[in-house]
Amino acid sequence: MSRIEIQKTYKIYIGGQFPRTESGRYYPLKNKKGNVIANICLCSRKDFRNAEVAARGAQSGWGSKAAFNRAQILYRIAEMLEGRKEQFISELVLQGSTLAAAKQEVEVSIDRMVYYSGWCDKFQAIYSSVNPVASSHFNFSVPEPTGVVALIADENTSLLGLVTAIAPVIAGGNACVVLASESKPLCAVTFAEVLNSSDLPGGVVNILTGTSAELHEHFSNHMDVNAVIYYRNNKAEIKTIKENASLNVKRVFVYNKINIMSEKAESPYFIFDTQEIKTTWHPIENIGTSKAGY
Amino acid sequence: MSKKEVKLKFNAAWDLAPAPEDSKHVSIKKQYDLFINGEFVKPNSKKYFATYNPATDEKISEVADADEKDVDKAVKAARAAFGKWSKLSGKERGKYIYRIARLIQERAREFAVIETMDGGKPIRESRDIDVPLAANHFFYYAGWADKLEYAFPNRNPKPLGVAGQIIPWNFPLLMAAWKIAPALAAGNTVVLKPAETTPLTALKLAELIRDSGLPKGVVNIITGAGKTGAAIVNHPDINKIAFTGSTNVGKWIQKSIAGTDKKCTLELGGKAANIIFEDAPLDQAVEGIINGIFFNQGHVCCAGSRLFVQESVADIVIRKLKDRMETLKVGDPMDKNTDIGAINSKQQLLKIQEYIEIGKNEGGEIYQSSCSLPKKGNFCKPTIFLNVSQSHRIVQEEIFGPVLAIQTFRTIEEVIEKANNIPYGLSAGVWTDKGSKIFNLTSKLKAGVVWANTYNKFDPTSPFGGYKESGFGREGGLHGLGAYLQF
Amino acid sequence: MSTKTTIPDFRVTPSIDQVGIEERVARFTTRSIKKESKMQGMKMVLSMIDLTTLEGKDTEGKVQQMCYKAAHLHDVIPGLPTVAAVCVYPSMVKTAKEALKGTGVKVASVSTAFPSGQSTHEIKIADTKFAVDNGADEIDMVISRGEFLKGNYNFVFDEIASIKEACGKARLKVIFETGELSTLDNIRKVSDIAMYAGADFIKTSTGKISPAATMPVTLVMLEAIRDYYYATGRMVGMKPAGGISTSKLALQYLIMVNETLGADWLSNEWFRFGASSLANDVLMQIAKQNTGVYQSSDYFSKD
Repeated sequence: MSRIEIQKTYKIYIGGQFPRTESGRYYPLKNKKGNVIANICLCSRKDFRNAEVAARGAQSGWGSKAAFNRAQILYRIAEMLEGRKEQFISELVLQGSTLAAAKQEVEVSIDRMVYYSGWCDKFQAIYSSVNPVASSHFNFSVPEPTGVVALIADENTSLLGLVTAIAPVIAGGNACVVLASESKPLCAVTFAEVLNSSDLPGGVVNILTGTSAELHEHFSNHMDVNAVIYYRNNKAEIKTIKENASLNVKRVFVYNKINIMSEKAESPYFIFDTQEIKTTWHPIENIGTSKAGY
Repeated sequence: MSKKEVKLKFNAAWDLAPAPEDSKHVSIKKQYDLFINGEFVKPNSKKYFATYNPATDEKISEVADADEKDVDKAVKAARAAFGKWSKLSGKERGKYIYRIARLIQERAREFAVIETMDGGKPIRESRDIDVPLAANHFFYYAGWADKLEYAFPNRNPKPLGVAGQIIPWNFPLLMAAWKIAPALAAGNTVVLKPAETTPLTALKLAELIRDSGLPKGVVNIITGAGKTGAAIVNHPDINKIAFTGSTNVGKWIQKSIAGTDKKCTLELGGKAANIIFEDAPLDQAVEGIINGIFFNQGHVCCAGSRLFVQESVADIVIRKLKDRMETLKVGDPMDKNTDIGAINSKQQLLKIQEYIEIGKNEGGEIYQSSCSLPKKGNFCKPTIFLNVSQSHRIVQEEIFGPVLAIQTFRTIEEVIEKANNIPYGLSAGVWTDKGSKIFNLTSKLKAGVVWANTYNKFDPTSPFGGYKESGFGREGGLHGLGAYLQF
Repeated sequence: MSTKTTIPDFRVTPSIDQVGIEERVARFTTRSIKKESKMQGMKMVLSMIDLTTLEGKDTEGKVQQMCYKAAHLHDVIPGLPTVAAVCVYPSMVKTAKEALKGTGVKVASVSTAFPSGQSTHEIKIADTKFAVDNGADEIDMVISRGEFLKGNYNFVFDEIASIKEACGKARLKVIFETGELSTLDNIRKVSDIAMYAGADFIKTSTGKISPAATMPVTLVMLEAIRDYYYATGRMVGMKPAGGISTSKLALQYLIMVNETLGADWLSNEWFRFGASSLANDVLMQIAKQNTGVYQSSDYFSKD
């Protein structure tokens, strides 16, 4: 006797919770045969607003966690991904990947998360400097998280695009709101479940589904967003995002020329892009014969 | 002891005689053309505009008004020069830049005098700060030219191409150095526009660059007002815009280039918190307040224009501040004893005066030093406002003049919240004798530069630039190089 | 004092940032002093000098010669002031007092086992009383630096207070020997102790230790005087001593006084230079100002 399978409800992820879109709207996701696989939340401007508030609320706590602790949490995310590997593979296959491609995407995703876990407490040493100023001052520059980052992830991958966009941003202590692939949204909620069970504080990562056509405007004109990163190719959207960014001098980065499967898509420079360099000066007292030297 | 008023009397017994800097050795032409492709050329429009000495309202010279055709000519020259310049070895590029640094040092006094005549800043500052820092900036970045791959490991850095650079009137020569030096070190060529009220030192720099033998077209310096700047921003063959100036113009630039691949760095406005704790070295803190707000007449984007004093020491700090203000000499910028010179332009003076009126109407308690102002020229008394709050406009908005808004605070949490409660994030000051408190504050203040127990210090090795609406990108130090490279 | 003054806790005197002090000093030294203001300043400097001889080999003859110079700095130039005082050992006070009779120049005597201060309380009191009894108008005592550095602030305070009592009508200058106190924080602290203990003047150095007076040290002391004045209403004088031998440097000190304490302190009642060779350098500058040509030291008497 065959059993009726329990179908998964795909919701969004805001502030550590799994609400449905406040708009009540959805779009059907179909497989190659044209059958509906799932109903996906068609997120609205208000969902973005709620997600941004959650991100802002979580950012300072996340940014001031010990870097080593952030590294452990990112590593924990990788562990949880590994544990759910089969589920991600089957979701990717359901969305049209070959089994081999699906397996590769999941593995690259896991490894990329481990890669950025390692950077959490190391990139500071790469981008910091002690600056030998001519006056009697100790002067040093350190990177600090820019704040809340709005991400429009790669359209062509379901899991890897999310990981690639999120990992460097949170490794650097930022919080983010990310828009998942419109055509391949299934991994987004499963990935959110991974995040939710991996000690990552709620609100650090918020995941929305829906269309960039509708949401890029809101991602880029919100006055409490510090940076926008865009992984897609729509020239008009890029222009709008850059224009809107000028409302509050957001930092904008467009990464649409990288091969997301390659190692070129991972480097500490992606972390650096959502860092602000802060320089601190302090006098050095000089008592005795020779000057203190920095 | 007989009862008498406990008050110090300044400027009562011993006045300093005028000590004007000699300007006879300085030569300023009656008219300046545009510096394009290594030579001075007439503007397409044949139009010129006057530049005035803000301390006397006298015309000093006139400079060409570049239009779109002139901008195009300059960009073409820069583009034509880019190929050879970018392919020159870093070592050779560096030597050209070193040469510029040395030439500025040799002609330092002349630059200082012209800077003061054209911009109104006291000769003490142009001589001791602006000009030496400008030379040092060239010297510092010269050394990077052949070391770029060490600055960005694994990235194979390449120059961007032609950089369009637009600079403000508050530090004319220094900002030119901040823009040109890293651009050249990274292998770019440059079209630079100085501000319309202070074009002369940039044009003198153009003469110096011509004399230095730098290949033609590598640096082009053109003069004009906002329209000229817009033509640079919108020119299709420019790869990078570097702008220092107001947040409004910065936003306009960011918007204007949205549909292009132009790289951009913006160094915009500020409204910095300068925070004095009760355990601070108070006399030095007062000096920091003075340097914070009255340096360069307060025409400083990183000016410490919002003072926060812990309530327990507020009376003492304000008494000390008022005493110190009495000793500030306001007047002829060419006088070596002048501490506060002329406001850069009539327009800026009007803006400052308007803010002072706003402050009074908002109910702020105004205090100005008792100094007398010269009859001619644009001058403003050093001004502080007491009893204001975050909700006052003079606390929220950048005045860009010698006007300080003073608030008291009670706890660390409160002052951090108020300090960050502003769309800007360029700089901040913290004064306390306790090291652990300093680090707590510096890490929580959203500002690109934090001066702890000091204020308004600059150095070529030290990155400068803002958070939030104060702009993005850094100038100075290793971090300043990234703005002029692609990877 | 008419009002009761609360004596502060000297363990928590205000902190001083050395780099900030040096930056402030640099601002004073860039002041340009020209023409009539320079002449006025130089005459002030002359009138503020404590012409000093404090050597083991001092004799009555040497002191008499110096006293004549004190009252007749350079008679070729009319209108010059006398110096403020001569500063000698207690044994020379009587000689100096007689030599200066009728000149208005005061006699200051070092005391309290100058320069080390390493003696007993009784001897220090006797030393002071001897100088006062011989006619000293001013007493320049040294503090017990060892006790200060041990943190024995009450000892230092009480010692100054008791010497002040022994001074009677003579004005008391308290020498810190700042070159032995290491930090500006210590200098601020000892300034407060001395003023609250009753010092009429605070003074940097004995001249026997290097560094003697410096502008940063003097600025810290001037700021302490200012804060004390605001707290109590009582003016205290300042005397940097040792190491100030040029007119240019002395004028920079006066700029510092003028911009820290203001006009009231610009007189020899409240500001002194402890110096032996400064006067002649100032005289040479005055002569240069008058004649327009640079001078040779051969034309200025050395006593």
